[in-house]
Amino acid sequence: MVPRQARCAKALRVTLLRVAGLHVDIHGRPILRGVHVEMPEGGVFGLVGESGSGKSMTALALMGLMPAGARATGTAEFDGQNLLTLDEQRLRSLRGNELGMIFQEPMTALNPLQTIGDQVAETLLIHGAVGRREARAVARETLNRVGLDASRFALERYPHELSGGQRQRVSIAMAIALRPRLLIADEPTTALDVTTQAGILELLRALVDSEGMGLLLITHDLAVVAEMAAHVAVMQEGRIVEAGPTEELFRTRSHAYTKTLFAASEYTRARTSREVRETVLRVQAATRDHRLPRNNLFSPPGRLRAVDQVSLEVRRGESVGLVGESVCGKSTLSRAILGLETLQGGAIEIGGSPVLAPRVPADLRRRMQVVFQDPFGSFNPRHRVCRLIAEPFHLTGRPEDAEVRIDQVLADVGLSSRDKHKYIHEFSGGQRQRIAIARALITRPDLIVLDEAVSALDVRVRAQVLDLLADLQETYGLSYLFISHDLSVVRAVTDRVLVMQAGRIVESGPTGEVFADPAHPYTKALIHAVPRIPDAWRA
Amino acid sequence: MFVSTRATKRAGWRLLLASTNLVAMAHFLLSRLVSLGLSLAVASAVIFCAIEVIPGDPAAFMLGLNAEPEAVAALRHELGLEGGLLERYLAWIGGMLTGDFGVSYTYRVPVTELVVARLWVSLPLTLYAMMISTAIAIPVGLWAAARRGRAGDVAVMGVTQLGIAVPNFWFAMLLVLAFAIGLGWFSAGGFPGWEAGLFAGIKALTLPALALALPQASILARVMRSSVLETLGQDYIRTARAKGLSERQTVLRHAFRNALIPVMTILGLQFSFLLAGAIIIENVFFLPGLGRLIFQGITQRDLIVVESVTMLLVLSVIVVTFAVDLAYALVDPRLRRRA
Amino acid sequence: MKWPLSLCVGFLLFAFFAMAALLSFVWTPHDHAAMAIDARMQGPGPNHWLGTDHFGRDILSMVMVGARTSIAVAVIAVGIGILAGVPLGLLAAANRGGLVDEIVMRGNDLVFAFPSLVIAILITAVFGPSAVNAIIAIGIFNIPVFARVARGAALPLWTLDYVLAARVAGKGKLRISFEHVLTNIANILIVQGTIQFSLGVLAEAALSYVGLGAQPPTPSWGRMLADSQTMIALAPHMAIFPGLAIVFTVLGLNLVGDGLRDLLDPKLRRAR
Repeated sequence: MVPRQARCAKALRVTLLRVAGLHVDIHGRPILRGVHVEMPEGGVFGLVGESGSGKSMTALALMGLMPAGARATGTAEFDGQNLLTLDEQRLRSLRGNELGMIFQEPMTALNPLQTIGDQVAETLLIHGAVGRREARAVARETLNRVGLDASRFALERYPHELSGGQRQRVSIAMAIALRPRLLIADEPTTALDVTTQAGILELLRALVDSEGMGLLLITHDLAVVAEMAAHVAVMQEGRIVEAGPTEELFRTRSHAYTKTLFAASEYTRARTSREVRETVLRVQAATRDHRLPRNNLFSPPGRLRAVDQVSLEVRRGESVGLVGESVCGKSTLSRAILGLETLQGGAIEIGGSPVLAPRVPADLRRRMQVVFQDPFGSFNPRHRVCRLIAEPFHLTGRPEDAEVRIDQVLADVGLSSRDKHKYIHEFSGGQRQRIAIARALITRPDLIVLDEAVSALDVRVRAQVLDLLADLQETYGLSYLFISHDLSVVRAVTDRVLVMQAGRIVESGPTGEVFADPAHPYTKALIHAVPRIPDAWRA
Repeated sequence: MFVSTRATKRAGWRLLLASTNLVAMAHFLLSRLVSLGLSLAVASAVIFCAIEVIPGDPAAFMLGLNAEPEAVAALRHELGLEGGLLERYLAWIGGMLTGDFGVSYTYRVPVTELVVARLWVSLPLTLYAMMISTAIAIPVGLWAAARRGRAGDVAVMGVTQLGIAVPNFWFAMLLVLAFAIGLGWFSAGGFPGWEAGLFAGIKALTLPALALALPQASILARVMRSSVLETLGQDYIRTARAKGLSERQTVLRHAFRNALIPVMTILGLQFSFLLAGAIIIENVFFLPGLGRLIFQGITQRDLIVVESVTMLLVLSVIVVTFAVDLAYALVDPRLRRRA
Repeated sequence: MKWPLSLCVGFLLFAFFAMAALLSFVWTPHDHAAMAIDARMQGPGPNHWLGTDHFGRDILSMVMVGARTSIAVAVIAVGIGILAGVPLGLLAAANRGGLVDEIVMRGNDLVFAFPSLVIAILITAVFGPSAVNAIIAIGIFNIPVFARVARGAALPLWTLDYVLAARVAGKGKLRISFEHVLTNIANILIVQGTIQFSLGVLAEAALSYVGLGAQPPTPSWGRMLADSQTMIALAPHMAIFPGLAIVFTVLGLNLVGDGLRDLLDPKLRRAR
């Protein structure tokens, strides 16, 4: 990490980008309402905000890549010219040359039919910088710089042969091949695992230092900004509400919105310690294989051990966290617990009765419910809320007081009984997660599996939903199995935590202890990779 | 500006020829060949059942109700209908593999002779129509997509909407009315044979091919247009724009090849439609192709001819599907890995 | 909801021919089968609005009755496709990679190797030509079309969380297929149904043109065109009016399909 003094020194340089009074509307609907940004040359400038705050649109306006129907006014002074009034030809000569940009989704950002070498070389060829042979040489050199060495990542590789993090490195290579003065990175690590994210952030920081380019880092994650940026601007509803040197802004938090944003991102809730109670869920040596597609016609299909000898216990009233990166097997495990996947070995018991998928008795299913991640895909769009919430009554038979119970769970999750006649598209993301919780509550279960249940929510909404979950736990004595890739949330809301890697539980214990003193190297790496706001910066 | 496309193509071939990928490619080819064989086996069994099993006694069927029992028995012997079903099926397949399709009952000549002569009309007609259709549709679709929502696009969409609704044989009649009867540029029908020269042959097939091609070109142009538009909405297009490519360069270098993938599926299907269409349209132009042969076969209850020609039609559709599968692998590196 | 322009125009066009078909049950300007040799091959005029054919039959009356044949054949063929294809597709999607899925997909490939013309040829060679055979041939070809569309539309739904939630609520695959999947793919099936309807009208015309469809005396547009062919230089109106009837019916249905796609799901339009 760069010493903070060095970053402050860079802040004294001349201005690289000066955005003033940037307004954007799409078909007359205002998206940006006067954005002011002053970005010094070199160093990292963080632009933070929740989804829909307009931070991506700001980037697209600077690049001249706004969607059809969008109109931008104001000034964006870069290199002595106003980017907003440049003609397309002039803008094109800047894009990829003086202005580079990388996007959020590495899996779709590369052309699947072209080799990575051609795609990086294209940046050079399009600007006529070099000849074809030399372009390939520079492409090779650029890929080396972003950490893709020639022995494993030949120019002839195709994007589908690379992982998400590697593809994001290719995107970076394309953007920096001509050594731009300004690199715009729009949520460059949001789609990546935390350890991969650390690698990409490290790379970006190293590039900023070695090439002297400016990085406009757009993110929703305050901790990423705290670690990366010397300057930061906070954005809300198309406006910059507060801007300044990062440390100063983080310490003072003068604007009300900034205050709530920080409070929500530092969510904690004191967990009342309880006496040891009976076991609700017991998983013993659970093992589950997935079949892989055949490599060729004659070899038997390969197998992937998704869940390998996993044992865990959840007691009444307890919150147990299960953390791990993508494809570590946590989703497969949660489905097995819910009786949606059969095990090849081991056993799962709910309240002492075995869960034998796929034929799980209704009374057993009733005792475990689930809340999924996606607030948009969790509900049939053609049913009204009352029918959506009542779906689990399929397990119990519709009770006579069904309507009363629907009203009750709606009240429990903070919605009104009038909402039950609405369709799901009439609700916001946070409200939808509340409805998902209501659906899980209606059978009065013992255990609720929260499968990335708050991962798609903005920080402020996330804090509200976490509060709601804690309240419900206290009221009904619920047990939660909290599955997430987000270590800070798991740390804040669980009593015990299990760390999963490649199908195995590598470490488990009381949450406070595991986070304070991780024993397993993987846990250490995971915790170390999570960006953090320095404790001294907290109010 | 085609530099990179050429480089990509070279890279593609390099990859195809690279020894490590030869194994993957061989597996891919092998698995496709196996499925080709399976399709042919099932298709031939279906045709065999329809013609030789469902009617009961094909010989009696072919001779009609008033046939003498002796004549039926003689025909059964002639057609080799005395063995068991499996035996007859295998004999039929074996015969076809060696080029022996049996003897036509009405014409009293080997079906192979009949078919080969006719094939030289139907197949060139189909391919000619496919060429015209592709040559029109792909540029038009690309052009319309690039002008999305503007006058040119609206016009293309309107004309193609009409083109899809026109039956090809009716369109053929209108062409005859206009260009043969009205303007006298072409003859109204008939085929001089390839002996009369390549030009005369092609000229005779031009009106039929146009009649076949234009409705199909309408479909293909619309598919191409929406496929390009779909591709233009992808993330990698935005990436390319961020590199500094112009809209035109983006379309040609990144959208075009990706957009061709769904178009290839439709092209494969179009072959079967065009072949069926060729069989129908031969009637309008009095062309001595497979269509005339098969309809005569039906009226004269010459099951041997019907069976052979149907098998030939199905065979060519299956082989074209196979070729499209291989073409996919050439275009899309993601498929080469999967067997 | 506001109807898109294409839906309005298409609906009016198709309704015009559908009404003509219905009207023909109770009234036609002339008896469609009545021959009048002295009045043959007349051009359009006050007595015979669309003229007469080579037997002196009234073309308008024949076109009206022919609409019946076209629409009936296409509707029944689409019905066969939906009733057999959609459940197969739903079942295949519910058991992705399973035996049913494999059979449906392989069968799908197989039927696509048999254009409906070839199916009609096989059926006709054995059973003789008739309108019923045309229905069967087009219907068989429609089955894999609907199976594939239903499967393709249903597969992404099976990965959605609300289907998982229904499974957590203990519902079986069959019940989920009908309660959650079918209702959400109905849009796509309706649009596909319209497209297959228009293709059915075209296919019926082609089959009766080559003599594999409706047999005389049942009038059909394809047969009228076949009859007109040798007379085309003398009496082009005999070819033009039935042809226009086909074009406008098919055009109407295609416009309805496009309009429905816009109306029911704006996202689908881009996807096609």
